[in-house]
Amino acid sequence: MLPELGQFALILAMLLAFAQAFFGIAGPARRNERWIAATAPAVAGQFVLTVFAFATLVYAFVHNDFTLRSVAGHSNSALPVYFRVAATWGHHEGSMLFWILVLSIWTVAVAAFSRRLPRAFQARVLGVLGVLSAGFLLFTLATSNPFERLDRLLPDGVDLNPVLQDFALTIHPPMLYVGYVGFSVAFAFACAAMLEGKLDQTWARWTRPWTTVAWMFLTVGIALGSWWAYYELGWGGWWAWDPVENAILMPWLLGTALIHSLAVTDKRGLFKSWTLLLAIGAFSFSLLATFLVRSGVLTSVHSFAADPGRGIFILSFLVVMIGGALALYVWRAPLLRSQAGFDLVSREAFLLYNNILLVIATFVIFGGNMAPFLSDILGLGSLSVGPPYFNPTFLVSMIPLLALVAIGMHARWKRGNLGESRRVLLVSLGTALVLGLAMAIGIYGLHDVRAPLGTLLGFWIILSSLVDPIDRLRRRLSLSAAVVGMTLAHVGLGLLTLGITTTESARVERDVALAPGQSAELGGYRFTFVKTEAAEGPNYDAVRADVQVSRGDRDVALLQPERRTYWVQQTALAEAALGVNFRRDLLATMGESLGKGAWSFRLQVRPLMSLLWLGAALMALGGLCAATDRRYRQAVRSTATDPLASPARAGSAVT
Amino acid sequence: MRVNRFWLPLVGFLVLAGVFFVALKRAPTGGGERLVQSVLIGKPASAFTLPSVLDPAMPVSLADFKGRWVLLNVWATWCVECRAEHQVLLDVQREGKVAIVGLDYKDEDPAANEWLQRLGNPYDAVASDPEGRVALDYGVYGAPENFLIDPNGVIVHKHIGALTSEVWRRDFQSRVDGAS
Repeated sequence: MLPELGQFALILAMLLAFAQAFFGIAGPARRNERWIAATAPAVAGQFVLTVFAFATLVYAFVHNDFTLRSVAGHSNSALPVYFRVAATWGHHEGSMLFWILVLSIWTVAVAAFSRRLPRAFQARVLGVLGVLSAGFLLFTLATSNPFERLDRLLPDGVDLNPVLQDFALTIHPPMLYVGYVGFSVAFAFACAAMLEGKLDQTWARWTRPWTTVAWMFLTVGIALGSWWAYYELGWGGWWAWDPVENAILMPWLLGTALIHSLAVTDKRGLFKSWTLLLAIGAFSFSLLATFLVRSGVLTSVHSFAADPGRGIFILSFLVVMIGGALALYVWRAPLLRSQAGFDLVSREAFLLYNNILLVIATFVIFGGNMAPFLSDILGLGSLSVGPPYFNPTFLVSMIPLLALVAIGMHARWKRGNLGESRRVLLVSLGTALVLGLAMAIGIYGLHDVRAPLGTLLGFWIILSSLVDPIDRLRRRLSLSAAVVGMTLAHVGLGLLTLGITTTESARVERDVALAPGQSAELGGYRFTFVKTEAAEGPNYDAVRADVQVSRGDRDVALLQPERRTYWVQQTALAEAALGVNFRRDLLATMGESLGKGAWSFRLQVRPLMSLLWLGAALMALGGLCAATDRRYRQAVRSTATDPLASPARAGSAVT
Repeated sequence: MRVNRFWLPLVGFLVLAGVFFVALKRAPTGGGERLVQSVLIGKPASAFTLPSVLDPAMPVSLADFKGRWVLLNVWATWCVECRAEHQVLLDVQREGKVAIVGLDYKDEDPAANEWLQRLGNPYDAVASDPEGRVALDYGVYGAPENFLIDPNGVIVHKHIGALTSEVWRRDFQSRVDGAS
């Protein structure tokens, strides 16, 4: 009974979403005050109904209602309760419903927290979000109904894929979705501004906190996914450039570009059409990528075509939304001329270069992601494009980008020379050079030119971003949340660069066969295989090995990798064990049993791996911090203060 | 002129959408039939000598296989398609009609050795091309790619993507059998 109510609620939610879209867009266009006033209640109603529908699905999963196809296919009564909850969004139908829920939450947030926007503008934003909700609800109800009943009774479900039964993975998709869908707000703001035909600096200021918060969630989501791949897949890889990861990275890169472009539009009223395009692009790539991945089109054309109805629907919806937004852009963007100019070494210019490089990086990844697909539909056969393509091409745009980050932070708005900042830059560059070389060559003995270059850039960004805040603190000046956020995020980027460079250049790994009592040396550590024992989890059996790691005479860690066999699907899964401290990660993964108590192991030592997670965490924290800046909560004035008029502010806040 | 560039994103997007529509409409069954023929067809295969993956001290040279039909298989351990292809290569090796020369493309030797030990070694010789220098001569832009080289050392066929038993029979074996 409950699932039927859930489905009914979903249908009502769809009708309200259509109402929301109609009143929100037609109301302001016809200047009908009553229609405008009807938009917000439609949002509220749609939200309540969607939450109810989602709750009934969670309930069905928690209470093992195997009469539902989605529950029977992706859950099992032996699955621990928190994984059963997570299984709600661990499959196509459920994840679609989750998408709708998240979109609905963002919409309510926009309705609640932007009351000070002009009413007509707010209605337009909600209207555009309504079109999105309506489209998704229609798609879900028509082709991917999570409440579909099975016609026969099953005693138990077929279980959630064991690889997905992991803590990080229960929160990774929600974070990603919140981030992905969050870009819909920037998209809706952009569409609303284009519908209105008016885009001023206040528009950019309204959009900024929403974009930054969405970006923060996306950052956390990507980091969690990477962390999961790192310890769960057991190969020690944290980024494999597989199509799914790339699909996540593209909106993140465009979102990063958007954040910076919005800063310029907010401060100087420049780059308006470019910012609009990025706002459309960031969300379009979220949409496109989610669907390409969801439909399996990237791994194989065949699985996409397996359900052509779904494919055609998705595609039509994409054409309507993205194509519609881009058509609006063709119509409106020519009106957005910027009056102000800027010099080639001004802050605007550096932010523009950074934007261009981020967009190039996005398209490089897009090309690599699409190549196998294109080759397949053109009948050229199936093809893999792997790290040999992505690593060098991505680095080509990232290395100059990192250098520009360090320099750009010290450039002045509008002005054409670096002035007194030149000394700061040279000193920080010199210090970074010494530190970078000392670290790469002195400590880790890395002679490949990329290693010292990476450490140099990492240190430079950190030093360069700390100069101004420290200077202000010394002079006892206050730091705005925006500046703190920017500094945190850039220091995070620097740490990430250091971490990636070091761990990728100085990691060592070895595959060994060990009998109990035997040991292997790796990177100055001795890994001794002590014994194996049987272990049992809530829904799996496991063989657990004790691997004692020592350095010299000192024991440093006891690693307990497992090889699990999940009862229901009878899949074997290696659970890697990690020994982590700040300096290095030690990893042991169990391979095959070799008979007579011997096992194969993959052992790894990865220096400074923790900097990756620390860096990503700081970037996310920086985003959060910047979004809380007081400026975003102040009453909106129609003309923003000219940044040049108040020199105290001139150097602040480009997050 | 200034107005024109605002059309670009829309046009680009619509072209992309068009490609997807075509893909959906075609709903391909089995491997694609149409092939863009490589300009290398009919040209002598570029000679190379590279260290062997199995033993870096042993050089692998294409010239050693003159007088035999050669299947030159470009592969790598990072290539997902290559894993599926591997079984086909083992079958081809069992038939024994051609010599299989592997070109391990932009890969690491230890990983390649582990792969060959685990999945079996279908190759008569495997050359290590970590920088992709030789692959460049063959116009390789991904893995897997397969070249059929006749006993005179001329490339007679190229297949981009994984070899399936169907593709092998249709495009490769037929050429070998037809010539003899």
